[in-house]
Amino acid sequence: MLDEEGEVFKEVFSYFPARRRYLIRLLQTVQQKLGYLSEDAMKEVALHLGISEAETFGVATFYNQFRFVPLGKHHIVVCMGTACHTMGGQLVLDGFERELDVKVGGITPDHEYSLERVGCIGCCTKAPVVLINNIIHPKMTPYKVAEVFAGLRDKGSKSSEEHQE
Amino acid sequence: MDFSIDGKKVKAKKGEKILWAALDAGIEIPHLCAIREAENAWGACRLCFVEIEGRGVVTSCTEPVGEGMMVHTDTERVQRLRKRAMELILADHPMECKTCPKRGDCELLKWMKFLKVKVPKNLRPFPKERLEPDESHPLFVLDPNKCILCGKCIWVCKEKIRADVLDFAYRGYNMRISTFLGKPIAQSPCIGCGECVKVCPVGALYFKDKEEIKEV
Ligand code: SF4
Ligand code: SF4
Ligand code: FES
Ligand code: FES
Repeated sequence: MLDEEGEVFKEVFSYFPARRRYLIRLLQTVQQKLGYLSEDAMKEVALHLGISEAETFGVATFYNQFRFVPLGKHHIVVCMGTACHTMGGQLVLDGFERELDVKVGGITPDHEYSLERVGCIGCCTKAPVVLINNIIHPKMTPYKVAEVFAGLRDKGSKSSEEHQE
Repeated sequence: MDFSIDGKKVKAKKGEKILWAALDAGIEIPHLCAIREAENAWGACRLCFVEIEGRGVVTSCTEPVGEGMMVHTDTERVQRLRKRAMELILADHPMECKTCPKRGDCELLKWMKFLKVKVPKNLRPFPKERLEPDESHPLFVLDPNKCILCGKCIWVCKEKIRADVLDFAYRGYNMRISTFLGKPIAQSPCIGCGECVKVCPVGALYFKDKEEIKEV
């Protein structure tokens, strides 16, 4: 376990008493701090609450909000809601998978890009939509995928810092 | 406590669940997920439906007996619901009985015949993802493809043995029993007691030994 992670756990566990009913809130808070649920994170949470590791993993995998790989510097979220799906969201997602050579839910080895899919983001008029570090890229096409990457590389990591919440 | 099942007088102690009282009295009720020693029934398989006069249909593994209760195991509603529940289990089950290590004492097959249900063709519109069986443990194999998610193995491992190796993970069609992070059982806190294998009603958990004997 990294020292920083250990610090995070210490802090988070100090807010939540060791009661079973805090399991989900604990996982949420740890994920907020680390960006994902690491193996150690789930182990520590299980230990803190006195419940089994298998059960902690089971609960975490039940919810879509939990992720088990870290976020990339650029976190790409492809909308697969009804509108975006009918407007070719799958092709866009395929495009990103091809371009990055990662599967949805994964991260590139250099930790630059992570790829995720979600249900409706709430701006269906701009379908199909892709969200990169919370910036909306409207009316996407597979051809625009490369363009988007060119833009990201130009701005470097600046955009990601500016727009992170 | 006195009550009746299908018109037959039955005695049971207070708090006993209808299912066990019936089985003790020699009345058959299909069941795949119930464990007698378990404090709370899981109620997952939905095969054990019975009808209580004036109350309606209940799962008999979760419902305690009541004084003067009139229970029926063979009403039309009970039959229909049980059959449907069985069809739903079968729709998700690879019927590889010929090569299955559980062949001969499979509880799923037993109740399927009891209920006179056929494997449904139309309840599973798209194919199921095939998962790799976990053969890492020297004593037994976990083949998640045949698991009917009855939860019995989880209960014994957790509540009886207290080894906490398995639990349900993921959801919907992807739900399965899993170790922490889906690691091989050999890398889990498993103590090799084999209790989970003994309670598995199907061929999802089986001893390697038996398999070898069969092949010889
Ligand atoms: S578990 Fe039972 S029903 Fe399933 S393949 Fe094996 S013998 Fe057949
Ligand atoms: S492995 Fe067997 S005992 Fe465990 S949940 Fe699946 S069917 Fe039930
Ligand atoms: S479906 Fe994609 S924004 Fe609504
Ligand atoms: S035995 Fe009652 S629901 Fe399974």
